[in-house]
Amino acid sequence: MSATRPAVSIKSLSKSFKTGVTALTGIDLEVRPREFISLIGPSGCGKSTLLRIIGDLIEPSEGTVEVNGKPAHRARLDHDYGIVFQEAVLYDWRTVSKNIALPLELLKWSRDKRAARVRELLELVELEGFEDNHPWQLSGGMQQRVSIARALSFDPALLLMDEPFGALDEMTRERLNLELLRIWDASGSTIVFVTHSIPEAVFLSTRVVVMSARPGRIAGIVDVDLPQPRTGRTREEPRFFELVTQVRELLAAGGAEVT
Amino acid sequence: MSHAVVQRRVLDWAPAIAVFALGIAAWQGLVAAFHVQEFLLPKPSVIAQTFWDERGGLWDAGIYTFKEALGGFALGSGLGILFALLFAAYRPLGTAFMPFAVAANAIPIIAFAPIMNNWFGLLNIFSKMAIAAVLCFFPVLINTVRGLTSVDPRSIELMRSYAAGRGSVFRRVRIPASLPHLFAGLKIASVLSMIGAIVGEYFGGPINALGVTILNASAYTNFPLAWAGIVVASAFGILFYGSVALAERLTTSWDPSRRDFQTE
Repeated sequence: MSATRPAVSIKSLSKSFKTGVTALTGIDLEVRPREFISLIGPSGCGKSTLLRIIGDLIEPSEGTVEVNGKPAHRARLDHDYGIVFQEAVLYDWRTVSKNIALPLELLKWSRDKRAARVRELLELVELEGFEDNHPWQLSGGMQQRVSIARALSFDPALLLMDEPFGALDEMTRERLNLELLRIWDASGSTIVFVTHSIPEAVFLSTRVVVMSARPGRIAGIVDVDLPQPRTGRTREEPRFFELVTQVRELLAAGGAEVT
Repeated sequence: MSHAVVQRRVLDWAPAIAVFALGIAAWQGLVAAFHVQEFLLPKPSVIAQTFWDERGGLWDAGIYTFKEALGGFALGSGLGILFALLFAAYRPLGTAFMPFAVAANAIPIIAFAPIMNNWFGLLNIFSKMAIAAVLCFFPVLINTVRGLTSVDPRSIELMRSYAAGRGSVFRRVRIPASLPHLFAGLKIASVLSMIGAIVGEYFGGPINALGVTILNASAYTNFPLAWAGIVVASAFGILFYGSVALAERLTTSWDPSRRDFQTE
């Protein structure tokens, strides 16, 4: 395994749907290992579509996607990534523990190994004591933490996140942002994160990929040179506001209505 | 169950029990007050007396008819589930056949009872099972297909991200997600199977069957016995429905729409 091999490599990718809508066009992007990349853009710019193409859940119309140096399809079969959606998508009939252990069951881990790993993850996402609860007994923020633990359970090199905190209130969201950075640091994974919150993108990321509306294109990439690790104070630094402004201007130039 | 829970359950049921007792009392009182003739409507006390005198025969008849219903329920529901799995696994098959299943479900299938009696023989227990089975088949099929196919698409996407195979998606997502729908179908089927068995017997059956007992009692103007037979039929129907509901409660206690699975 070479250290320089990109975690994700996208070359001249485009996607048109049968309805005739061109969702994405001319996308070139390289994500280095250990990066935290945010995809931001107006509604309908195809950022969620791009994330699903990386995960081989949708096929591109043209172009290639490689994950960890292999075609996206191969990477999916090899369990190279974990995914988190806007809704937690937990299975009601499974307890918290069993939801987290689901990918491990599919990977045929033994019962003991699964139990040990679930304990580690419950600690990581701070849900000890809730292992036997059913999903609907948890708050939205707790459900999303279960979903993150599940995505991390088999220790994938890449984590794909589709607006995971979009449905949560602002306070929960800021707390989970910090928690996610801690998890990112502890797990050593690469993260591709879709959002439409500018401050969230700047706060979390090492780079922010700004996309323009239909057809979705990359309008520009902003390097976030804020010091690591990020803390609650990061949001108060002048540099933070400069970067937020930079992303906002790129979005506006790309045709997005920015208020 | 703690003492407090038992107490709460009893209180929950108290109004229904009171209504039942008042209803029986009113029936008894009104029939006596207006001197209603016995062939029109016997008093509950007379029905109860008849039930007690004839309990041996009624019990045997009830068991016989319940066997028909249970056999038909097992056969019809089993086939319904089997076809539902087939239609959900091979969508083109489902698309081709489901419109007919939905249409068949709207037909009063009970009208086929004499045909079934003709096919399998009046005295053959299987003729009544067949009627009950046909009645059970369609609601179970339709509900189960709906449950298996109306799964949140993101749950399926998630399983795809784990490279899960079709069998695994069925076992881990589609089948558990379909259970509340399946039980809705089974509850309808439990009631229909008793109706099917008894109506089947009205078109002819062995002398020791409940439907035949009710029919003959009416023919000989022994209406208290007919009513006692109806009470037995109702009791078996309610018991059957209750057992299916209990099985549902035990297997889908996780269902958030049920909410009787509360933490203390």
